[in-house]
Amino acid sequence: MEIFKQTNFDFLGKKWPFIILSLLLTAAGLLSLFFKGGPRYGIDFTGGALMDVNFVKRPPVEAIRSALHTKIPGEIEVQEASNSQSSGPSQEVLITTGVLDENVQTVRGNIVSALNSRFNRNAEGKLDINLASQTELADRLRNALPKAGVPLSDDQINALVGRIMDYRRSHSGLIANLGDLSSVSGVTPQVLNVIKQECFAGDFAIRSTEVVGPKIGADLRQQAINVVLIALGAMLVYIAFRFEWIYGVAAVIAVFHDTIITIGLFSIFDKKIDLTVIAALLTLVGYSMNDTIVTFDRIRENLRLQMRGSFTHIVNVSINQTLSRTVLTSGLTFLTALSLFLFGGQVLNGFSFALVVGIIIGTYSSIFIASPILIFWQNLAEGRKRTSGRPVVAASRPSVSPAAKAGKPVRTAK
Amino acid sequence: MKRHLRFKFFLIVAVILICVYGIIGVPTSKAQLASNWRNSIHLGLDLRGGTYLVVQVQQQDAFNATAGTAADALKEALRKANVQYNDVEVDDAKTLDQATKVAVVVKGVPTTQAGTFRGIVSEQFPTWLLQPTNATDYRMTMRPSDALKMWTDVLAQTKNTLDKKINALGLSEASVQQRREDRDSELLVQLPDVDDPGRVKEILQTAAVLELYDVRGGPYASREDALAQNNGILPPGTKLIGGPSTGDNSRGGGVYLVSRTPVIHGTDIRDARPAQGDLPNTWDTEFVLSQDAARRFSSYTGSHIGQRLAIVLDGKVLSAPTIQNQISDQGRITGAPTQQDAADLALNLKAGSLPASVKYEQESTVGASLGADSIRNGFIAGIAGVLAVIVAMLIYYKKSGINATLALILNAVILIACLSYFGAVLTLPGIAGIILTIGMAVDSNVLIFERIREELRAGKAIIPAVDTGFNKALLTIIDTHVTTVVSCAILFLFGSGPVKGFAVTLVIGLVANLFTAVFVSKFIFDWELSRPKPVTALSI
Repeated sequence: MEIFKQTNFDFLGKKWPFIILSLLLTAAGLLSLFFKGGPRYGIDFTGGALMDVNFVKRPPVEAIRSALHTKIPGEIEVQEASNSQSSGPSQEVLITTGVLDENVQTVRGNIVSALNSRFNRNAEGKLDINLASQTELADRLRNALPKAGVPLSDDQINALVGRIMDYRRSHSGLIANLGDLSSVSGVTPQVLNVIKQECFAGDFAIRSTEVVGPKIGADLRQQAINVVLIALGAMLVYIAFRFEWIYGVAAVIAVFHDTIITIGLFSIFDKKIDLTVIAALLTLVGYSMNDTIVTFDRIRENLRLQMRGSFTHIVNVSINQTLSRTVLTSGLTFLTALSLFLFGGQVLNGFSFALVVGIIIGTYSSIFIASPILIFWQNLAEGRKRTSGRPVVAASRPSVSPAAKAGKPVRTAK
Repeated sequence: MKRHLRFKFFLIVAVILICVYGIIGVPTSKAQLASNWRNSIHLGLDLRGGTYLVVQVQQQDAFNATAGTAADALKEALRKANVQYNDVEVDDAKTLDQATKVAVVVKGVPTTQAGTFRGIVSEQFPTWLLQPTNATDYRMTMRPSDALKMWTDVLAQTKNTLDKKINALGLSEASVQQRREDRDSELLVQLPDVDDPGRVKEILQTAAVLELYDVRGGPYASREDALAQNNGILPPGTKLIGGPSTGDNSRGGGVYLVSRTPVIHGTDIRDARPAQGDLPNTWDTEFVLSQDAARRFSSYTGSHIGQRLAIVLDGKVLSAPTIQNQISDQGRITGAPTQQDAADLALNLKAGSLPASVKYEQESTVGASLGADSIRNGFIAGIAGVLAVIVAMLIYYKKSGINATLALILNAVILIACLSYFGAVLTLPGIAGIILTIGMAVDSNVLIFERIREELRAGKAIIPAVDTGFNKALLTIIDTHVTTVVSCAILFLFGSGPVKGFAVTLVIGLVANLFTAVFVSKFIFDWELSRPKPVTALSI
């Protein structure tokens, strides 16, 4: 099967609408960034606390926010989290709060106690099995089981608690009802009674917490910016070394264009930029660069073969020759990124969003941004060298180095 | 040609065998197969669940303490040499950045004694630099090289102490690492399987500096009170300890006048353990002194019977019992509310005190349930992605698609085997890296196949078309791979945690891809084409 058989689209003749589209997208992104006061950074970069809480039955988002306001100063954001497990409405929320350097240690405890006092049933002296750690539960049972006449060795208790924790794990961290534990092997009615005596099933579980001090946040942000810039610089050097410096510049401008548009889209869709998104941006840079290099490679090869026609023509032919590869590869990587976006879950959401968007932009920037820059440069260079309309005949310059020929229009047949 | 192919065949089989061995070993049973598989993949904290902490070591504590000791020693030396002075005091470093700039300020040394003074400093305090601020006043700061050495020492010592504490907690797979090299003062603590880091954090942060002091007076209600009762000045060689107790009044409190240097301090403790208290339901912490300290302690207690001894933990007076008889090497701290508190204190005493306090800067906890979800999601996404790609390849390239699929699967096997051999940790961004490797692998196949098609279209015979296709695509493939490897290398060198995991898997995947997409795939074509029955049409 083939999609494109010897195509001959005049991509470069129709470049203007696309360049204008690019400029519009860039402008829209920049405007959004401007009006929203820069990108929305995740807590990795600003400092703050992020907690993923799963409720048995989720209270309204507004109620959670107001409960937290009583104990936690500053801005609090409560957001429904997409939960890929259950089919019903999501019971999971993401709580984001600011944090000061001196509060890093206490913020987790404060959030939990604020949630506890409002949303958890009060069971004096009992252990909340949904918040308990493995050791806490083991300690509790180690004291209580012998009293109730269930003699178990330490190892047996640890194994039992391990199985209870496995059960909790496979139920998104929540045991809705203590009675449910009877399906766990080793939980006899006697043991279950002891558990019921010592514990209660709380109304929420904490699935993850992340607290980043503002100082580290600022550090990480600086580091991320440096990494992106160094990576771009290194690629420019490599391409300049393999091709000619203008190819490196064109490729870097193209990926810069992709990055700016993607960051702009993040701002427009109100998505946060965190460390994993930075990783995604770098992947994009890699992919877009990849695409650009494939096209440039073809241009270089065609120049070496001394193909007939103007430089613009050669570039256009090269794009057409690599078109079916470009579409197929981009299509397939798009599929993998899309599957990551659809099935990858909450944690990878930002990452896969950046990829899905970026693959599309990256593909088209190789054709409509990187290649026109080469031609633009070529025309400029030509304009400087001669005033007549006749292109230079490359064969008159007996240089074999492709670097010397790249960028010169050639007339000689192979 | 034939021999050439046979060699390639054995090479490929060898690689496959080595990889499979790396992943599952030589299992003898189904259960062993499963356990080998689990052991070969090290999951990161984000997938298996656990806690990740970043602490900042407050170097200024250690520097201030060192300057304090130097100031005391200087006073002593000046007194011995009969050098007059008005005042010797420490200009404390308030923040971490200023730690190395801590200074001892000496005031009022008569100009006539300046020479002797300088002599004492350069002879007895070689790590300090003396700078006059005016005719009679001086400022001593640490030599930069010595300050730097102390900085690294404090960091290493803190790391060791934290390590000991973690090991004592029984968290075997936990680790403490320096976050970055150079001048950083940050340590990274990783605690797999710890969902609620509350207790661990408490223990790591407890300095647990135990000191026993000779009591000269007290208790007083406050520092002001203590000063008032001593006519406004403290007797020489003494200091006040305790003071505004921070909320927790249940244990000790009160201000005591004690000897300036402790009789026993933290490093003298050899062992500690929790023990049942004298009263029912009370808990004590017993400690045992090292030989040398026991000798000192025994002679001290022998000569001070009837006097009081202050037991001070982290600058707080726990109790000040009267010495009843000579004690050699055992001691007991009473009054822990629960057995766990007594055990935690024992653990902290044994691990030794931290040279400087630590401050938490970052804490990240992933519950095991979320980790399990992430694995499942990543797995589903990976399988869905791979299936979509395979189906598309088979439709688009027909039989040659099988070739590409084999290369893709082999790529995944090599990738997992490398992760296992290098002991690399698989994180969520790592899974993303694997999925992206699939994309790159497909790209290589597409590039090659498109090139072969082009050559066939140009009228070439099958075998030369395949050869040229591979050769021409190879250049492009190398260019694209090198650029990505370059960016990954930079991610790895300058990036942090999650980004690094991503870079590692992607690089391994890319290198494996060069082998599978170019070498293995070419071999399959050659092998197919070298069969005795001539191939008349290539299914591509």
